[in-house]
Amino acid sequence: MAPEPPLLSMSGITKSFPGVRALDGVDLEVQAGEVHCLLGQNGAGKSTLIKVLAGAHQPDTGTIRWRGEDVTLRSPIAAMRLGIATIYQELDLVEHLSVAENVHLGHEPTAAGFVVRGRAAKASTAALLKRLGHPEVDPGRLVGDLSAAQQQIVSMARALSHDVRLIVMDEPSAALDPDEVDNLFRIVADLTADGVAVVYISHRLEEIRRIGDRVTVLKDGRAVAGGLPAESTPTREVVALMTGRNVEYVFPERPPGPPAAEPVLKVEGLSRQGEFAPLDLEVRPGEIVGLAGLVGSGRSEILETVYGARKAHSGRVLVGGQPLRSGSVRAAVRAGLGLAPEERKAQALLMLESVTRNVSVSAMSRFSRGGWIDRGAELGAARTATRELSLRPDNPAVPVRTLSGGNQQKAVLARWLLRGCRVLLLDEPTRGVDVGARAELYAVIRRLADEGLAVLLVSSEVPEVLGLADRVLVLREGRVVHEAPARELDEHRVLDLVMEGSPAS
Amino acid sequence: MTQHVSPPRGGTDKAAAVEGPPAWRVRLGRADVRTLTLLGVLAALVLIGGITQPDAFLDTRNLQLVLTQASVIGVVTVGVTFVIISGGIDLSVGAIVALASVWATTVATQEFGFAGILFTAIVVGVGCGLVNGVLIAFGQMVPFIATLAMLASARGLALQITDGRTQVVTVPSVLDLAERDSYVLGIPPLVLVFAAVTVIGWLVLNRTTFGRRTVAVGGNAEAARLAGIDVRRQRLYLYLLSGLCCGIAAFLLVALAGSGQNTNGNLYELDAIAAAIIGGTLLTGGRGHILGSVLGVLIFTTITNIFALNNLQSDVQQIAKGAIIVAAVLVQRRTASTH
Repeated sequence: MAPEPPLLSMSGITKSFPGVRALDGVDLEVQAGEVHCLLGQNGAGKSTLIKVLAGAHQPDTGTIRWRGEDVTLRSPIAAMRLGIATIYQELDLVEHLSVAENVHLGHEPTAAGFVVRGRAAKASTAALLKRLGHPEVDPGRLVGDLSAAQQQIVSMARALSHDVRLIVMDEPSAALDPDEVDNLFRIVADLTADGVAVVYISHRLEEIRRIGDRVTVLKDGRAVAGGLPAESTPTREVVALMTGRNVEYVFPERPPGPPAAEPVLKVEGLSRQGEFAPLDLEVRPGEIVGLAGLVGSGRSEILETVYGARKAHSGRVLVGGQPLRSGSVRAAVRAGLGLAPEERKAQALLMLESVTRNVSVSAMSRFSRGGWIDRGAELGAARTATRELSLRPDNPAVPVRTLSGGNQQKAVLARWLLRGCRVLLLDEPTRGVDVGARAELYAVIRRLADEGLAVLLVSSEVPEVLGLADRVLVLREGRVVHEAPARELDEHRVLDLVMEGSPAS
Repeated sequence: MTQHVSPPRGGTDKAAAVEGPPAWRVRLGRADVRTLTLLGVLAALVLIGGITQPDAFLDTRNLQLVLTQASVIGVVTVGVTFVIISGGIDLSVGAIVALASVWATTVATQEFGFAGILFTAIVVGVGCGLVNGVLIAFGQMVPFIATLAMLASARGLALQITDGRTQVVTVPSVLDLAERDSYVLGIPPLVLVFAAVTVIGWLVLNRTTFGRRTVAVGGNAEAARLAGIDVRRQRLYLYLLSGLCCGIAAFLLVALAGSGQNTNGNLYELDAIAAAIIGGTLLTGGRGHILGSVLGVLIFTTITNIFALNNLQSDVQQIAKGAIIVAAVLVQRRTASTH
């Protein structure tokens, strides 16, 4: 150990959200001038950890030492004052302001305390952009007019406009072309040469090997390995660390063989430019087909396009042999498709309403006559559907917002059950669902399949796809790279495929 | 700050107690807090009116007048409440009332008598609503802007039709509606129309699929779309409904005033929105109450009446209205947060 204290040392950080323990005693130590990589599957706690570091979340327990002194990061501004800057994946720029205005947002150079010195801001912005290897970006241009890569540079310039000692980069390469990635790495190298530390988050192992010094692996809210050498640790070991789990989910048993019935859902050559390549798939009644892939692999986009919520650029979707009108949710619902979307609260639930009304919304014609709702029949139907899924509490009159994540998901499933759908599209069905409730949800999904539903499942949690699905399609950057029965795959193999993208063999 | 529903006592609540904590009572209890507050405010106003002008205010004729005046804006407010619940806004209602009232009172229209006036008022109202609805639902225009444009054009067209003149109604059967002889059990027919619109509005909102879809679209349009609701068509219908209410209100106004004027319905949009807001309808959509809106209208109309009887200027009225809106929203936020 160097005699000087580490630049940053976080220890025993815990952070809980209702129903989830996102961080469970995480330690992280970062030295000045190093590139420290943070690895972990989705949901491992990476984003929560960097938000704690950015002052956006307050940890429940644990200490943060900055250059040897205990600090409290009460707010993003407090973190910034210490010299900690964060570049989020979702860039937080104001599109209608210029590059210079964004870079200096909140700390504009002023004269007499309030008059913004626009020219000074532009000049210093131009200098920062030059240092970042993008002198061609005009500080006067609106950020909304820039490309994704250029916006990222602006975000970085903003970080550097403060006296920064540590930069957190959350998947900075996700939106970049290969040569832009090269430029990014050059910038990272420059920064570290100046003694700035970089905390680098990426799913791409090859990047971590190229620029990383040390690696910390997170899993289930814990740091399972801290400060491994980035170059020499074998991939196998990293993957094993990411996947070896303490919590074993209980998955329901699969039926012995593939169901004999004709496929009820057929997708033929479906594609959307820039999102996913032409895709073919079939799902039979009683079958669960899983799509495995990381964030950005096109999973949710595929489901939403099948469902008609996005318009396909090519190809078609057939339900029971009948092609669906492209880009029409109503046609899909009428044909018997039901979607449980990824963002339950934003995309599925009416948060001000009762469970009953949330469950009945897609099937109102079943208990109404000439538009007049028979509320007794409605309540009865909602009660039957929610009881079938053991939704708690057993009272469909309660507001849906009072339910836990798992029960909210059951309310969404009950909606499609009541509607009488044939194909269920599940997008991250256990997101925000606590560990205990997951097994129950898995059992419910399997039972629905056993009763003859066809299920198309998307999840970023590989064990979930492998445990629940009968057949798995592995996606990488919008393309199916492998397809196999779930029992012939294991987590390592799938993670290798989604991260390295080695050809199917 | 909330009032708790008292626990079932003795044998009086046996039927309700069978199902455990009866959800309908919780719901009713919550609705009661809101409605009771509004009723309390209304009662306080009546008290103030009765104290300051014991003879003039509590006179039957005056109370009939207050209710009649409330009818026109009240019908408009029911339509606007639906639009607001769906997450939209309709700024054009006052202008539509003006246009419908002048179109229905042109010499040519009046030749067709009662039916001609009624028909024209409603067709003009629905027509304007159709334009609003198409622009918003299919032209993807922001409701604020589309209805603001309608406000300007409908007012302009109303002025063009009348050339600024008052168009006197010469059809006796229309004028009779506002006469004392046609009162039913002491209730003016215009008030009966208002009551009917209120009841129908309440039923449509709370008991029909149309009402459910309105609430769903306002509560979460994306969720409604993904649940298979035709959000655009629903939006179109809602602006048609608002236009229809404006047409009915224009007819009532023509009967009440005995004329059509291009200045009719001035600032109705603000009064209607304000009444809906103090009635507990969320401006962000997803929740609203017809009864609350109607009570809001009655409160505003009563204030106007009391101020007029006390010879207070309308500027003071406006200030009082503003204060009531702020107070109502603050009180509601308080009660909402304790639930």
